[in-house]
Amino acid sequence: MLNFKLLEYSLSSLWRRKEKNLALVVVYALVIATLGSVLLLTHALKTEAVMTLTASPEIVVQRMLGGRHELIPIDYAQTIAEFPGVGKVTPRVWGYYYDSLVKANLTLVGLAGYHEQLELLAGRFPQAPDEGVIGAGVADAFGPQIGDLLVLEDSSKRRTEFHVSGIFRSQSNLLTNDLVVLQEGALRDFFGIPDGFATDLTVQVFNPREIDTIARKIAYFLPDSRPITRDELLHTYDSLFNWRSGMMLAVFMSALMAFLILAWDRATGISAEEKREIGILKALGWETSHILGAKLREALLISLTAFIVGLLLAWLHVFVLGAPVLMPLLKGWSVLFPTFDLPRVIDLYQLAILGFVTIVPYLACTLIPAWKAASSDPDDVMRG
Amino acid sequence: MILHPGILALLFGSTLILLMLLVAGGVALRIVRYWNADSGSATQLQLERQTWLVSTLLKYAFGFQIISVLLFLFTLEEIHPLFVGAMCATGSLNANLVGWLVLLVKIALVFAAAVWLAINYLDQRTEDTPLVRLKYRLLLLLIPVVGLDLWLQWEYFSGLRPQMITSCCGSLFSAEGEGVISTLAGLPIEQAMPLFFIVVTLYAVVLLANLRWRFVALRHLLFVAAVLLFFVSLAALVSFLSLYIYQMPSHQCPFDMLQGHYYYIGYPIYAGLFMATLFAMLPGLCRPLATTSSLERELECCEPMWLRLALFGLILFLLSSCWQMLFGPLRLLGY
Repeated sequence: MLNFKLLEYSLSSLWRRKEKNLALVVVYALVIATLGSVLLLTHALKTEAVMTLTASPEIVVQRMLGGRHELIPIDYAQTIAEFPGVGKVTPRVWGYYYDSLVKANLTLVGLAGYHEQLELLAGRFPQAPDEGVIGAGVADAFGPQIGDLLVLEDSSKRRTEFHVSGIFRSQSNLLTNDLVVLQEGALRDFFGIPDGFATDLTVQVFNPREIDTIARKIAYFLPDSRPITRDELLHTYDSLFNWRSGMMLAVFMSALMAFLILAWDRATGISAEEKREIGILKALGWETSHILGAKLREALLISLTAFIVGLLLAWLHVFVLGAPVLMPLLKGWSVLFPTFDLPRVIDLYQLAILGFVTIVPYLACTLIPAWKAASSDPDDVMRG
Repeated sequence: MILHPGILALLFGSTLILLMLLVAGGVALRIVRYWNADSGSATQLQLERQTWLVSTLLKYAFGFQIISVLLFLFTLEEIHPLFVGAMCATGSLNANLVGWLVLLVKIALVFAAAVWLAINYLDQRTEDTPLVRLKYRLLLLLIPVVGLDLWLQWEYFSGLRPQMITSCCGSLFSAEGEGVISTLAGLPIEQAMPLFFIVVTLYAVVLLANLRWRFVALRHLLFVAAVLLFFVSLAALVSFLSLYIYQMPSHQCPFDMLQGHYYYIGYPIYAGLFMATLFAMLPGLCRPLATTSSLERELECCEPMWLRLALFGLILFLLSSCWQMLFGPLRLLGY
């Protein structure tokens, strides 16, 4: 099938018109890089989210009041713990804190449920009400190291000082980047959460196949509660990222369309020199199908080159530069994510989509112009 | 859930294929009306040139269609976690039953396009191209099927309702009914296994007989055997071959074997089955078309090649699908 002499002919033919073809490859590669960045970035974010969520509890139970999320009474935990198959039920006390100085959102967590899963980079967990452990992102944004002071304003706008006793490291950066862990009592004082209430409950379930049944039981016995299973969270994240990347893809598809029109135009307007070349080839005994084949081989070479270059550009943009162009659009609305390394994963499926969306239309688009060029009459062409 | 990158790519690709076929269809209409092989007029010359365009368009559309089938299966695999109870691509198909129709139409299209290209190949090898009108009428028949493919895909994907957390409660309470079955129930192994091997043997014997003798009746018999082989093999894949491939007595998915964690074994299996079916069907299909001496001559040239390709396909299919059955640790029979 593959004839190297013919391939060589196509390559030299491309090289003879290098300015024109190079311009085409550059634009094509940029289009592929844009679309590729979207796909690579969303896939990386999805992987990161999944990594985060696999460490999360099997079920989280919230209380709903008037359709809004409310504090949950801690004695609900007792009811849930009595269901067969349920392991530990842990009330969590946590909340968000917006710091107007560094313009960042922090997550403040009371020391109860979290510290088993989290690894400390340095230091120790808080042992006094005025001690706290912070995530690496917080350390970067505020600048304190172990032993320094972290100053936050509590619910009644009073200045509260915490000694930093440790800094987090975790397998997944998203989980601990904006985290501040305090002792539970200190956090209750800070937010003004009354005793006997928690933000939500985490429920451990031993057998993964019982998760749905237990969630259903919780909703039956505690009608004002909303159990959220880990799988549901995963689905929701999955759909969310799919939707976002699909949205972006649809937007950038217009760039692809513009490029295709350019490619069509380029392929249609062949120069007089090229026409003569085709005439000579035909006079030498080439058939229409041979010339058509040569033209299409050229198109394939161009699109493969552009695909590889574009993919490399996308990879550099996303994994080396950290996707500065797309990150704000895709990541969400949280403010404090100064650096977080995306997991460098490339999925074959994403490549298949990218190839299907970019190479297929280009080939389809050059078909008719190539045929028009190939079917010209040698006699007409050579006479000019 | 149209805004999924894979779904967008599929719909975009199918639209493109439809557009290509519409261009080809325009030419086909003109050819069916004005083709006159004896004439030397400018119209006829132009039409003859346009046949090259059409055959190239079809070749590309055929290639794109094969990729589109694979991408469709990959997408099903990718989205299955979004549906409660779905374990693999089968679950995604069951989430909206139109999906099965999409798959059916896509496979039918791949076969139809391949047969068209074979007829075209045969026709273009002759000097007088006697099959022109027939070929372009067939092409006109293909267009609605491609349109149907696009429409069904749209119906399927827009009808999917992924399970997400809603504001009032977790999703699992809205999908209370256990409507989603994620495995295909296959034939019982004791019956499927002998049936499969009888059909394979029958096919192989007829194929070898075809390679040896040139009776027209044998060609037709091979056509029947090929169709039989295709459906029985698909049933066997679901019923017991998949069990050996996955080494699990309960996993009956015909799509998972295309994935990396089964070493992409599904590709040689399906490619082999496709080749064994298509190339064994072609001699029987083309025989009635060989009405002129030129066609008959070309068919005589092509047939041995097709038959050998069919044999190669059969060997590829059997080797890749039965390898695990013979040498793998799983034993289904004998207990």
